[in-house]
Amino acid sequence: MSMNIYDMSTITSAIDTSLKANLSPFWAITTELVLVGLVVLTFYAILGLFLVYAERKVCAVMQNRLGPDRVGPKGIFQTIADLIKLITKELINIKNADNFLFNVAPFIVVIATFMAIAAIPFAKGLQAVDFNIGVFYVIAVSSLGVVGILIAGWSSNSKYSLIGAMRSGAQVISYELSVGLSLLSVVIFSGTMQLSTIVESQADGWWLFKGHIPVLISFVIFLIASTAETNRGPFDLAEAESELTAGFHTEYSGIKFAFFFLAEYINMFIVAAMATTVFLGGWMPFHIFGFTAFNHIMDYIPPIVWFFGKAGLMVFVIMWFKWTFPRLRIDQLLTLEWKYLLPINLINTLFIAFIVLMGWYFK
Amino acid sequence: MSEEVKNIIVGENEEYKINMGPQHPSTHGVLRFEVTLKGETVDELKAHCGYIHRGIEKMCEKDTYQQIIHLTDRMDYLSAHHNNEAVCLCVENALEVEVPERVKVIRTILDELGRIASHQLWWSAFGMDLGGLTSFFYGLRDREKILDIFEESFGSRLLHSYNTPGGLMNDIHPNFQKRIKEFIPYFRKKLPEYDDLLTNNVIFRNRTEGIGTMSKEEAINWGVTGPSGRGSGFACDVRKIAPYSAYDRVNFNEILYNEGDTFARYKVRMDEFHESLSILEQLVDNIPEGDFTAKMKPVIKLPEGEYYQRVETARGELGVFIISDGQKTPYRMKFRSPNFSNLFVIKELAKGLKIADLVAISGSLDLVIPDIDR
Repeated sequence: MSMNIYDMSTITSAIDTSLKANLSPFWAITTELVLVGLVVLTFYAILGLFLVYAERKVCAVMQNRLGPDRVGPKGIFQTIADLIKLITKELINIKNADNFLFNVAPFIVVIATFMAIAAIPFAKGLQAVDFNIGVFYVIAVSSLGVVGILIAGWSSNSKYSLIGAMRSGAQVISYELSVGLSLLSVVIFSGTMQLSTIVESQADGWWLFKGHIPVLISFVIFLIASTAETNRGPFDLAEAESELTAGFHTEYSGIKFAFFFLAEYINMFIVAAMATTVFLGGWMPFHIFGFTAFNHIMDYIPPIVWFFGKAGLMVFVIMWFKWTFPRLRIDQLLTLEWKYLLPINLINTLFIAFIVLMGWYFK
Repeated sequence: MSEEVKNIIVGENEEYKINMGPQHPSTHGVLRFEVTLKGETVDELKAHCGYIHRGIEKMCEKDTYQQIIHLTDRMDYLSAHHNNEAVCLCVENALEVEVPERVKVIRTILDELGRIASHQLWWSAFGMDLGGLTSFFYGLRDREKILDIFEESFGSRLLHSYNTPGGLMNDIHPNFQKRIKEFIPYFRKKLPEYDDLLTNNVIFRNRTEGIGTMSKEEAINWGVTGPSGRGSGFACDVRKIAPYSAYDRVNFNEILYNEGDTFARYKVRMDEFHESLSILEQLVDNIPEGDFTAKMKPVIKLPEGEYYQRVETARGELGVFIISDGQKTPYRMKFRSPNFSNLFVIKELAKGLKIADLVAISGSLDLVIPDIDR
């Protein structure tokens, strides 16, 4: 396959063999861990900065504004300037707050997103850890973040924060079910939970097209539910600026606030990346069956471009939601999940199992 | 978690109090709601005002009638022109001065321009209250056009002080009519965007329909006027009941909705956009030639007695009551401000609803806090 020219595993395995040849096994592994950690950390930071900038520009376009345009060309250094501001800002200590939990909460939220990003396949062989239960791992780890939010709301000794945290708890726990079930639909189709294998299974057609109607339903539900799980508008009840001032992070300042802020954006990216990987063929190029010439041209676009292109599109859609819709009320939010999304999803899953058994999908 | 913290958060019966305001994004100013909550449900609500009390009524007792105009701008700053006009009309009626036709028509045009501008800002902020931030920029984009018209003619965008007892400070700018004629089709074209963004949005409808229902009796009992009262079917439009300026010669409908919920109050204002545009259309080409002010003495002394004049601002009925003892300053001045009356019904409306509904209701009442406190 012409794909091989972009196979990142040749580079990674070359580094691996050279390390193992020159160092003892223990030091080889340690060096690799440090390298991977550094790469992921750098990527994380750059991604965060880029997404904040992207959101500002997207929302500016939606609102007939220009967005940041003063710091650097087209304002690209605006987020860096903001980062410097946030780092140098005073960290305010809250009277009567539970200091240990108050300080630990932002880290829990950030670590949860950091762990989830490790399992995402960016290109062939470009994946920090390739679990055989990748889908399960991402769902499990990304829902850890709500623990941090709950702790943040509880420990800051503010009623607004507490309401925000409780809302977030109810919301994330509810919508996790729909996220899990909608991802499960593709797991049933592809017969694996390993993310790299799911991507491989979409070499000649994305699951969104191969699985036709039932996968389309799960895809839409995944979009709605994952937007809710990341606490983004129109489901941003945990922050609910006009009701709770800033929800669970009302009392946070400086870099601790920045952690929550960053985690929100990385979460959005993780959701977009999961949608890309599971429904939109991950880093696989777009192929139309029978159009050999077209397919070959598509193959020459590097997989990493395909991945970030699709993920970027999904991120844009999620931002589009936020800047268009008003916010739901807490009871409407829970009604939507328990009375509509979950039953539809359950029936859909059953339907998919039936379709897979009968083989009524494009193989 | 220390014992102390627990006691602060949860009181007896699992009720707890939060203060929304005086610094809170949803109160649009320094208003404070003391809300007793059970979970997220509003159990009791007390509205506290007075944080921006400047004693305008008392200050009026020291000022001449020309000077009072400038104070009234600062009450309901979004209806600055209506406030000015109310005082002017009251003084003119007391002196039995007949103002030129030109002044009457220009005042009416400004009334309606001000109403549109005010409703645009309300629409923007209402969308934001419900969590849709984009509406803010849509509304302000169109409001800018009106403020430009104001700026050109009176040199100020928000607090005009353009009226003076007897007429206007100066004549309108030559571009005035042209600009308005450009604005009418422009805004007609933009209004469907407003509907696309909020009115027809399913989340928006769910958040507003059936929420905070105010019956007609309640509206009358609490003295809720303006679009908020008309959303409950209370025909309280002063422009119809007691026409002033040029309202007796224009055709327009009084918008009435009988549902009384947040959405009805929303619809009243949305429909008033169209009515105001139609009034503007009728008047903009028919500004008579003449003086921009009647001949007035430099020092105005009202004859002894009591005078009352009411006008329809963008939020309801504004009453001006003057007691004069024949001096150049009033003996006592009292404003019946629409927002003060519209505010307190909120404790009836929000009871038993969620905290998010409280924000929606307070947004739909369109409160301007400096007008409440004066």
